[in-house]
Amino acid sequence: MISTEVTGGPVGVKTKLVPRRRRRNRTTYVIKSILLWTFSLLFLLPFAWMVSSSLKRNIDVFSIPPKWIPNPIEWANYVEVWLHGDPSMAIFFSNSITVSLIGVLGDLTTASMAGYAFARLSFAGRDKIFLLYLATAIVPSQLLLIPRFMFFQQLGLYKTLWALILPGIFTVFGTFLCRQAFLSLPGEFGEAARIDGAGEWRVFFNVYLPQIRPTLAALGIISFVGSWNDYEGPLIMLSDKELFTVPLGLTRFVDADGGLSAGFAMAGSVSSVIPIMIIFLLFQRQFIAALASSGLK
Amino acid sequence: MSVLSGRAPASPPGTALTGPITPALRPRRRSRGTGGMSTRVGWLFILPNLIGFLIFTLVPLIGGVGISFTDWNVISGLSGIKWVGLQNFAELITDGTFWAAVGRTVIYAGVGVPLTMAGGLVLALCLNGPVFGRAVLRVIFFIPHIVSSIALGFVWLILLHPTAGLVNLALESLGINDPPGWLVSQQWSLLSLVFITSWAGMGFHAVIFLSAMQALPTELYEAAELDGAGAWTRFTTITWRALMPTTTFLFIMSLIGHSQGFGLIAFLTQGGPGDSSTTLSYLMYQTGFQNYRFGDAAAMGMLSFVGVLLLTVFFWRFQRGRGLYT
Repeated sequence: MISTEVTGGPVGVKTKLVPRRRRRNRTTYVIKSILLWTFSLLFLLPFAWMVSSSLKRNIDVFSIPPKWIPNPIEWANYVEVWLHGDPSMAIFFSNSITVSLIGVLGDLTTASMAGYAFARLSFAGRDKIFLLYLATAIVPSQLLLIPRFMFFQQLGLYKTLWALILPGIFTVFGTFLCRQAFLSLPGEFGEAARIDGAGEWRVFFNVYLPQIRPTLAALGIISFVGSWNDYEGPLIMLSDKELFTVPLGLTRFVDADGGLSAGFAMAGSVSSVIPIMIIFLLFQRQFIAALASSGLK
Repeated sequence: MSVLSGRAPASPPGTALTGPITPALRPRRRSRGTGGMSTRVGWLFILPNLIGFLIFTLVPLIGGVGISFTDWNVISGLSGIKWVGLQNFAELITDGTFWAAVGRTVIYAGVGVPLTMAGGLVLALCLNGPVFGRAVLRVIFFIPHIVSSIALGFVWLILLHPTAGLVNLALESLGINDPPGWLVSQQWSLLSLVFITSWAGMGFHAVIFLSAMQALPTELYEAAELDGAGAWTRFTTITWRALMPTTTFLFIMSLIGHSQGFGLIAFLTQGGPGDSSTTLSYLMYQTGFQNYRFGDAAAMGMLSFVGVLLLTVFFWRFQRGRGLYT
């Protein structure tokens, strides 16, 4: 519990301080706002430059002096990136969507069930198994990738999208997040439903699952973003260009000797960011709340 | 607060209690509402996830540990595995390339982790109070966290271009002649990567810190203020100590992120120029997936894991007893 003693002082004491404090607060408000918005330029300008460069011809991206407003505006970059090239961005997108969507749906299913069991059901060795889950969270990914690579090679799944999809369906993080959410619900719901004769699956599916909708939405996004942006997995598991996901596909705008089609690269980058950005802006509240709850152990 | 205690809160008033006794009086096990559950059902619920966990995480992990004691060139297939015991580790410990990569990882994480965390904390402190457009700012700082490292890499690739990048053109206009080549310079490549990584992670740290700050009871601050504590004292005695669990969590996350940092390095510098940005994680990738020396790569992975584990335990012990809630 909190060790500091809290004494509620009489309210009258504070009223005297108000005028001076309010003046000081106005000044800090203005200074803080100016500083933070200035600092935010460090985050806004790179993305603004990305959008601006995506509308320039490849040769104009590195023009000196630099131009913020492209002239001429080159929409053709997007057409080029999306429709041409071998394969085009459209192919990379459909691969990424396949991997991410199947992964998210699977992750939500297995993580919510396991999280529910860890939080609400008792079985032999439950807490030991959960500790084992947590212990694997700090293992370097490269150490797992080597045996996984071998494993998929033996199964004949190496160089297929399954090598990316399957590991994404079973996540320790998702299980942890769902367990947190289920723990915060009272146990009485389930007991009431059981007394009314509901089976275990119905208690889970109709009583508890709807209660953690915000967490499921957040986990869905976190899981989607993670798999959409994964680079190391596809780099190791895929070799056929037709199967490349978006991040791996983007690297084709740098050719073997380091030459860069900058306009195309930026058009591709903007395209890759837009879907993630839309999802994030729609659900940012749940997303951030869920991330924050995972940090409160 | 139930998240902190890991226990279900007592039922809100108005909920009909079906049990014979109120939750508060029950032993802890039962208060999780297990209500006479059979073991079998629990196992059935956990099974799909557990099978996947075993196949894709635990077995590979054990396999990875096993491989680190073997000499194995993948080209020769499964028959080419030779048990060599601790030989890989012995070779690594006398290997200059390995230690150089360890040194670079120490710089990468040693500069990057404090930079990211301090930046995130300062941002969170500024955002934890009235500021113009606070919700928008929070989103702006967070954006790099959701963008793929390749897209981020591309932006910084053109911004940091040695002769025509925006950064160096700005520096030259400020009168700095001959600015560094950043990603293509031996001296600056690693530090450029540290900067980009911290830039990308800062907003995430700020958001997590901020959520933790907003969960703190305001009574504490009011009481401290009445006792005449200034802003700095309030920060050190209340905020900093109350944030300890969050700081620990972020420290571990950040340490893992830096020690495994791969995407940006692989894409932007391929560990170069020369080997000036070859950190341990990149060396592992090169050893395993470019030179096909799986045994050596797995041994590096083991040592890296042990390093992160030791630092985590150390930090854990350091913060224990310094928090507000103990």
